[in-house]
Amino acid sequence: MDEGSELSLTIAQIVQRLKGSHLHSQIERQAKECLHQPEIKLESLKEDVRSFLKTSGWERQLQNAVYRELHVQLPPSHPATPPEHLKEPLAYMRKAQASWEKRVLKSLNSMSTELGVPLARMRPAAEQKELSNKWNEMGTDEPDLTSVRPVYAPKDFLEVLISLRNPNHDSSEDVGVRSHWGLIQVPLNVRDIPQLRQAYSELNLTSGQLGIDDHAHIHPDMFENEYVQIGKKVVLEQDSAAAQQYSRQGCPTGLRADLWALILNSTNQPQDVMYYEQLTAGVIQHDLLVDNLIYKDVKLTASNDDYYFVFEDFLYQVLLCFSRDTAVLEHFKYNSATPPKSFIQGKGEDEECAVVYPPNGVIPFHGFSMYVAPLCFLYNEPSKLYSVFREMYSRYFFRLHSISSSPSGVVSLCLQFERLLQTHLPQLFYHLRQIEAQPLRIAFKWMVRAFSGYLSSDQLLLLWDRILGYDSLEVVAVLAAAVFAFRAENLMEVTSLASAEAVLADLSTLKVMPLIQIFLFATAI
Amino acid sequence: MAQARCHRFGQSKAVKVYRLITRNYEREMLDKASLKLGLDRAVLQSMSGNKEGNNNGMRKKKSVIFLDAKSFLAGPAVLQEGDRGPAEERSLRSHHGRERRRQSLLLGGHRPDPAAKSHHHHHHQTSGFKGTNDYGKSEEREGRSCVRYKCGLLNTIQDVLRQRPGWVEVKDEGEWDFNWCDVGWLRENFDHSYMEEHVRINHFRNHYELTRKNLMVKNLKRYRKNLERDVGRMEASKCEFFPCTFALPSEYHLFVEEFKRSPGSTWIMKPVAKSQGKGIFLFRKLKDIMDWKKDGTRSGEQKDAAQVESYVAQRYIENPYLINGRKFDLRVYVLVTSYVPLKAWLYRDGFGRFSSTRFSLSSIDDKYMHLTNVAVQKTAPDYDPEKGCKWQLQQLRRYLTAKHGRETIETLFKEIDNIFVRSLQSVQKVIINDKHCFELYGYDILLDQNLKPWLIEVNASPSHTPSSQEDYEMKCSLVEDTLNVVDMEGRLTGKEKRVGGYDLMWNDGPVYREDVNLETFGSACFSANTHLGCVNDREKQLRRLLKPFPGQKRM
Repeated sequence: MDEGSELSLTIAQIVQRLKGSHLHSQIERQAKECLHQPEIKLESLKEDVRSFLKTSGWERQLQNAVYRELHVQLPPSHPATPPEHLKEPLAYMRKAQASWEKRVLKSLNSMSTELGVPLARMRPAAEQKELSNKWNEMGTDEPDLTSVRPVYAPKDFLEVLISLRNPNHDSSEDVGVRSHWGLIQVPLNVRDIPQLRQAYSELNLTSGQLGIDDHAHIHPDMFENEYVQIGKKVVLEQDSAAAQQYSRQGCPTGLRADLWALILNSTNQPQDVMYYEQLTAGVIQHDLLVDNLIYKDVKLTASNDDYYFVFEDFLYQVLLCFSRDTAVLEHFKYNSATPPKSFIQGKGEDEECAVVYPPNGVIPFHGFSMYVAPLCFLYNEPSKLYSVFREMYSRYFFRLHSISSSPSGVVSLCLQFERLLQTHLPQLFYHLRQIEAQPLRIAFKWMVRAFSGYLSSDQLLLLWDRILGYDSLEVVAVLAAAVFAFRAENLMEVTSLASAEAVLADLSTLKVMPLIQIFLFATAI
Repeated sequence: MAQARCHRFGQSKAVKVYRLITRNYEREMLDKASLKLGLDRAVLQSMSGNKEGNNNGMRKKKSVIFLDAKSFLAGPAVLQEGDRGPAEERSLRSHHGRERRRQSLLLGGHRPDPAAKSHHHHHHQTSGFKGTNDYGKSEEREGRSCVRYKCGLLNTIQDVLRQRPGWVEVKDEGEWDFNWCDVGWLRENFDHSYMEEHVRINHFRNHYELTRKNLMVKNLKRYRKNLERDVGRMEASKCEFFPCTFALPSEYHLFVEEFKRSPGSTWIMKPVAKSQGKGIFLFRKLKDIMDWKKDGTRSGEQKDAAQVESYVAQRYIENPYLINGRKFDLRVYVLVTSYVPLKAWLYRDGFGRFSSTRFSLSSIDDKYMHLTNVAVQKTAPDYDPEKGCKWQLQQLRRYLTAKHGRETIETLFKEIDNIFVRSLQSVQKVIINDKHCFELYGYDILLDQNLKPWLIEVNASPSHTPSSQEDYEMKCSLVEDTLNVVDMEGRLTGKEKRVGGYDLMWNDGPVYREDVNLETFGSACFSANTHLGCVNDREKQLRRLLKPFPGQKRM
């Protein structure tokens, strides 16, 4: 397929997707209404309408919408590609993901039986009223959750990734110095430092960075002041692409909320607020078993966190709505995972009677709420917070807990982390391996949460700036390796996994940007 | 030791002390002692000329006859700042001297130690740029290699003092150089204490002018009135940062008048002298306060106690700024090292203290909801000590900046600075200035929904009992830096604009980040030298700033 037809296919797909959208009808209406204006002439109708849409900002909104589609859109492919290939091209990955899902669903079902709690039930009227009264302070509720256990924790998932094998690849062939010392044994193409330097050129030692060049000892005139001015301009222009480029060098604290919303094209229009309210109503009407998982997770993680405990109520408001949001199902087109299905009681196990459970198709695991928590620093309105989170999830976070070969997928991140470590800190890797403290066993939990809950909140947001800016989670793996490099000296002295974990237990004092920058650009290669 | 009696508190008779000394280490000690006395006289005499001399109450006559009068000549007439030898060189030299002396002290002290003596003399010769006059000054700046401290509190402060190199605790009636006391001790002992020049204590005699709720408001109201009269309404309006407050029972009628003028408003009653949230309640009806009043008088036997207990009634801020439905306040630390001229330091760290329940005015009986004092929060039934209910100020400032933008929050923090400075100025003329005293205030600031900061109260003895590891570390740093500013060891030049986590906020006038000199004088863009809720890289700064502790190697 040549480039031209590939492009036209993509365009056709995007047009198809935007056609039914709210933006489409809005623009249509605007175009109709502008006909009454005197500057629109019949003889130059097309041009005049176009220039009207341009000056009134609708063109920019359309551009941003197209830009968003390009991010979440499937890669251009042959028309005959079967749909599962769009989810995940490698058969063994698909298989592994499917069997993992089966395990998770089984665990959920057995919990349902054990606790005697149905997967879903309608709330009685009194309970509905009570819940809607305390919607803004759900954290004050102390339901008994002692018997609720997270369905799985990151380390269970790690075991699955370790056991992944490519049946077409015989890893015994290349035993030797060049063999991989790590736990991930599947051959995937991940970038090494020279390639990373090219891809992340804005992070190099000579360009200004928020997180480095805004340090107290550096005069703000050197970099910060001008950079903030540019940021204001970007926000004013409402240009997604510019905002994304800008975010590569970091977002100023005061502009971050706007810039992220712009990058993600989360405009929070009245219809988004309405949509969020509908989801709220859904929570109030029905009680789901996964709600308990969410409560439990928030109590176990965010509520105990020095930074995030304040946001407990926000987390419920977002996560409970998220579990009922069927719009999330959209992302399963390009996610290797498939939403779990359940059967309505009394209707038999007929495929036709199967419903997706939970309605959004995502079963929360231990630590899931930490994907939302940092965003609470940026957004006050639950609806805005919600739409930004949903977009973040369906662009990035889903990749951190599904098995795929995507470069942003967790398997690639693990492999990349191990490769970076083996190539640039072989002594350290060897030492840790000898004492049975495989680095990935420590770093995995950081990566699954994209470091949320491990770094101090300001540093975390600086890291996520780069995830958004580069539209990739790769930087997470780079940071994990950089953390090991930073503490290498201490790690060389430990003699057990437990003491290695102790050395790396507290990351809250780390400054992420200097670590990443030094690791990428000041490491000898 | 009869000699100790002449230093004893309350000793007003002349005590003659005859000492037989040998020309060795003991002799050196006496040199030092007499030198201090000389300094003391010089300073006290110069003070009696100006209004600082209002600490007459504590000055006791003392006279000591010296066998060797020569050393007495060493007392300087005036103390001057600024002319000192190259710091590095000096510190090395004096470091050696002190090291030896310390060793000799450890070895038993009374043995003649020619090495220490020669070092000591060497030191005076080389650093004495102004001949004998400088003799006293080098003593003043050099500080003390051994500080005897007294501490009346059992918490973080005790830990910090104990770990400070060269500091030794003094128990009971022992003599001290440094005293971190509670206000009770101060009340009982301050007036009877004679304090030598170098001695420091952590409260001003009448610290309560600012820290008692009724007096604070009285002083602020007077200050505002004076400003309005002398400067104008605009200037006076900069003092509108405390909620409408009345002292009870004395201003009861004024209060009732105001109360009736704003029906439906909520008021908070606080005992003036209690802290950490004790005895506080909210009310909306005059009836509630009538009941309370009756309660106070009905108690018969305890009538005295009830009457002594005065309260303030304060208009309750009904639209506090909420974060995820929770109310919070800011705890900020301000250190005053002098009232005349006013010299105040602002600490970079502090915290936002969250109420554990969600805010709503519909249930004003819930004490836990309305108070953000950690001391109160701790007794809430579901208080989780692991949680702490606190945010570091840095965290809070970032949060607010993310929500409202940098400019808005910078303005907010400028307004908060204004609160510190104005409130200190309001008591500047009332507080008995005493160069032995310093005071670490804990300011409680509340924000409302319009991001206007309100001064709730000022604490004289901010809680130093930590609620978590992070909190403990912050409080240790705070106390350490307080000691660094107070500088018993003489490691500073006196010109510092920053010491560790402290930024000099006011020094007889505003302090700017930029150095004001002839070149910059014309430019109008000075920014205040305050960094509340900003990065606190105190350790790095201290390493650059300070000489090592006496007897300690530079790291």
